[in-house]
Amino acid sequence: MTSERRTALYEEHVALHARMVPFGGFSMPVQYSGILKEHDAVRHRAGLFDLSHMGQFILEGNDVAAWADGLTINEVATMKPFQARYNIFCNPNGGAHDDVIFYRLPDRWLLVVNAGNADKMWAHLNAHRSGDVRLRSLHGDAALIAIQGPSAVGMLQKHVDIDLATIKYYFCAEAKVDGVPVTLARTGYTGEDGFELFLPGDRAPAIWRSLLAAHEGEGLIPCGLGARDVLRLEAGMPLYGHEMTEEITPVQAGLTWALKLPKPEFTGKGALVQQLEGDRFPRIVGLKMAGRVGAREGYPVFSGDARVGEIRSGSIAPAVGNANIATALVEKDVTTIGTNLQVEVRGERHDATVVSMPFYKRQKTERKGDR
Amino acid sequence: MNIPSDLLYSKEHEWAKVNGEIATIGITDFAQGSLGDITFVELPKVGAVVEQFSNVGVIESVKTVSDLYTPLGGEIVEVNTAVDGDPAALNNDPYGSGWLIKIKLSDKAQTQQLLDAAAYADIAHD
Repeated sequence: MTSERRTALYEEHVALHARMVPFGGFSMPVQYSGILKEHDAVRHRAGLFDLSHMGQFILEGNDVAAWADGLTINEVATMKPFQARYNIFCNPNGGAHDDVIFYRLPDRWLLVVNAGNADKMWAHLNAHRSGDVRLRSLHGDAALIAIQGPSAVGMLQKHVDIDLATIKYYFCAEAKVDGVPVTLARTGYTGEDGFELFLPGDRAPAIWRSLLAAHEGEGLIPCGLGARDVLRLEAGMPLYGHEMTEEITPVQAGLTWALKLPKPEFTGKGALVQQLEGDRFPRIVGLKMAGRVGAREGYPVFSGDARVGEIRSGSIAPAVGNANIATALVEKDVTTIGTNLQVEVRGERHDATVVSMPFYKRQKTERKGDR
Repeated sequence: MNIPSDLLYSKEHEWAKVNGEIATIGITDFAQGSLGDITFVELPKVGAVVEQFSNVGVIESVKTVSDLYTPLGGEIVEVNTAVDGDPAALNNDPYGSGWLIKIKLSDKAQTQQLLDAAAYADIAHD
């Protein structure tokens, strides 16, 4: 474990008796009190996450928007100040280098990339840098704390000097949290309302402790990457390396909504247009297992005798009646909702049904922001 | 971590409690802690004859799937069907209500290949 880097909150995790695992080059908490308990907190109260392993890059210069538009499938230049937007960097074949979020701040852009892709993305951005674009990596120095769940906004409000109700979903602001200047964004990866706090690493432990201490009584607990993975899968959110890879394109992953074809030219556009037009590509679907046996990554999927694909992610889903849910990359002709398929688990076939995603959707909808 | 002194242990983190020619078998407190929240258990059928240290089932937790090995060989005489409806019993009470199988031992000398609590304590850590 000694080869992994530590986030600014490492000592907090150890003090909280987290189980630490190597993830994306860092030693990260996979769980504290237990994945199911942490999941329950986020769905019904609130959870606090350390996501400081994710790559934070600062982009500055007059040409950032136009330059980034040439490297990504969604639009960057049309973003309003303080807007956040999901986006994907593709390779020339249409596969994904990474899925990311751009945050537009008044004088700069914040680009958040997956931890496991941070080195690759840093190299990619630098290799393609052109015009008035300056890049700065905060990876490993800056911290990212997420507070997610139905009670999250109310809890955070007590620490912030602005009215959080004015920040719509997928927007951000610069404000002070416990007096510390922070960029806070109404984004997340859990399917619940909440915020993500971008802040200097050396200020993170105090804020982490302050939030936990102040809201412990209301049910705020620290949550690890294990719970986060269950939460994101229930919410139908793709995870790089699973639903999307250098080979599995955003079109296959069902992210065509993020593909802005009116943009003149961008890396991967030709391949993605061709894939869309051909239409005969395998694609990601949601599966619900009929029984109690779980589907896990790599398990083969069958339709009758024909192997039609494989599981890409799978978990028990407490928010979906404890069903075993999964994503699978399967042939187009078995993707209709309601199609019965079989998943091979340890040599035996188990029934599963193609279902619509997300598997779970929170009831209160205040999502006015534009992704 | 709880390692009762009256049980025998395997290196695969199972425990056995031998009573005459019947052994009750389960997974250790360390094992359940490592697996995290257990969600599903697949156990052998009553009447099956299994060899010592062979794979007799599967334990699924939220984040992983792991094989269950029997620390002793013999005939399965009972399986704990209650954990089917309450797999969390393996987390909450691994040495009690979370027991998994009972085996009629084929060779009691096999117990000599298991660890006592003190020896198991030496290997039950990350």
